[in-house]
Amino acid sequence: MRDVLGDRKAIVILLAPALAFYTLIKLVPILWSLGLTFFDGNVLRGYEPVGFDNFTRLVNDAVFWEATAFTLKYALVATVLQVAAGYLLAILYVFVLRKGSALLRTVVFFPVILPTVAVGVLFKRLFGIHPTPGPVNSLIESFGGQSLDWFASGDTSFLVLILMDVWRSMGFFAVLLYAGLVDIPEEVIESARMDGAKGARLIRHIVLPLSLPVLLSAVVFAVNSTLKVFDSILAVTNGGPGTETQPLTLYMYRTVFTYNEYGYGSTLALALTIIAFAVTIVIFRSARKDVTADKAASR
Amino acid sequence: MTTLAPARHLPQTSAPAPQRRRTGGARRFLARLPIRLLVVAIVAIEVLPMIWMLLSSFKTQNEFVTGSVWALPSSWDFGNYIEAWVTGDFASNVRNSIIATVPALFFLLLFGVAAGFALEVMVWKGRSTILLMFVAGIMIPGQMLLVPLFITYFNLGLTQTIWPLILTYIAMGLPLTVFMMAAYFRAIPREVFEAATIDGAGMIRSFWLIGLPMISNAILTIGLVQFFSIWNDLLVALTFVTNRDLATIQVGLLNFSGEYGAMQYGPLFAAICLNVFGTLAVFLFLSKKIMAGMASGALKG
Repeated sequence: MRDVLGDRKAIVILLAPALAFYTLIKLVPILWSLGLTFFDGNVLRGYEPVGFDNFTRLVNDAVFWEATAFTLKYALVATVLQVAAGYLLAILYVFVLRKGSALLRTVVFFPVILPTVAVGVLFKRLFGIHPTPGPVNSLIESFGGQSLDWFASGDTSFLVLILMDVWRSMGFFAVLLYAGLVDIPEEVIESARMDGAKGARLIRHIVLPLSLPVLLSAVVFAVNSTLKVFDSILAVTNGGPGTETQPLTLYMYRTVFTYNEYGYGSTLALALTIIAFAVTIVIFRSARKDVTADKAASR
Repeated sequence: MTTLAPARHLPQTSAPAPQRRRTGGARRFLARLPIRLLVVAIVAIEVLPMIWMLLSSFKTQNEFVTGSVWALPSSWDFGNYIEAWVTGDFASNVRNSIIATVPALFFLLLFGVAAGFALEVMVWKGRSTILLMFVAGIMIPGQMLLVPLFITYFNLGLTQTIWPLILTYIAMGLPLTVFMMAAYFRAIPREVFEAATIDGAGMIRSFWLIGLPMISNAILTIGLVQFFSIWNDLLVALTFVTNRDLATIQVGLLNFSGEYGAMQYGPLFAAICLNVFGTLAVFLFLSKKIMAGMASGALKG
């Protein structure tokens, strides 16, 4: 039986296609991209080795630091708001609406599957001011306020981008966290209720600690997708005004395909990868500390 | 558990029960009112932008410039849609998206399930290392692959074809698919496959006849996730296909909104509507299939 379960021919037949695709189109390009960070040039004019020049340029590149700061700020704010909105919705589904939450769950989930480009173009019009004020501005005007050109400054553009991302993805996090909350045994909640825990106290002392693992995976997921934000910004602000809303992904893209600097573009991609890994590791580390601290306290 | 439940509820409900009966539905309605308002507000936030978009897609250019944003369109004619369909070349965009998505999704799922089976059900040295190698790929941003892949596709002369999209989508979807499929296979008792082996089935046979059918629901779920990430992709489609005739729906919409739609709002909204409601229809169709699949799976199990 061991022989059959370990049948080499079968293993090769089943695994080879996936492994070949993964190696040729993912692993090899990653290594190649790492190698390119030591070169300058592009596909038409060829490459020349430049040693560590790309890295010194990176450290001294103000646009890179601006893009990095924007990316981190965007990821932090978007992650906190997405996961918080998703968690509140999940609590609403599980503890308030209970069995009647199916319809709301579906409606809030809809934007998740919509193309980012379409949502982006839609939000650009929602907050637009030309030729006539869009719905948001006309709402402001009807309350006696002044119409605002949201895309004229980096700060208000940032606000629109964040609102859009939260609108689009809170349904996803709500369903993800809903699955975690439903798994909490009924007995635990009931016995806490009998001990007199209600409302906010029940959530804070019973539900929140028990749903920490799912919250952690939601945060990791949200951070990793918001660090790589690209489509929506391209569709809404195209990085503007100036480069104020330009994330690393877009800067990298332009460096390669507008300025044809393949070596420096690869260096930027590497920087993004390192940031994504570093942030994920930091989150896991601090979460583990939290969980162990909680356990020690409860003893 | 069912026998315990009434006893547990008793101390809670015994005291306020008679009072609640007397005041009847009015108080209960008022008590639920804030929640109802909250639900209505949430639904409004999600749905109103889409309704506004739908209404706007029927307006004429003149209505955009002079009329109120809240006004209903003066007539329900499909001129904007025809305009978007013809000028935006929507039909060929849809065709390109389908040509890229369907084969990519098919091979991605086939290869992913097979690899998950080989890595989880079969027993051999080094399988956990290979699985870890796949999982590590989940974290790598697509930007890391853009430059080398572009050089390769360019040198092979593939940038004028749809092939770069199919190949890249398969490779980029594999880490998550393999990881999830391995997890689903882990949940199936090993005895199932051992019994098949005793009955004389080879591993390829047990994969087709036992492994694949047993996780068909998981395949549908992961298939749905991967479908939307491929269908909605912009980065890969924008980078690797330089030929305008091969633009996918998302690239087409981006171009349309930048060049033509910046001036012509009606056709732009019509184009967004086609994109959004088309995707929504696919989702509703597929999720119904998934529900049916789940129900039949539950009956069999």
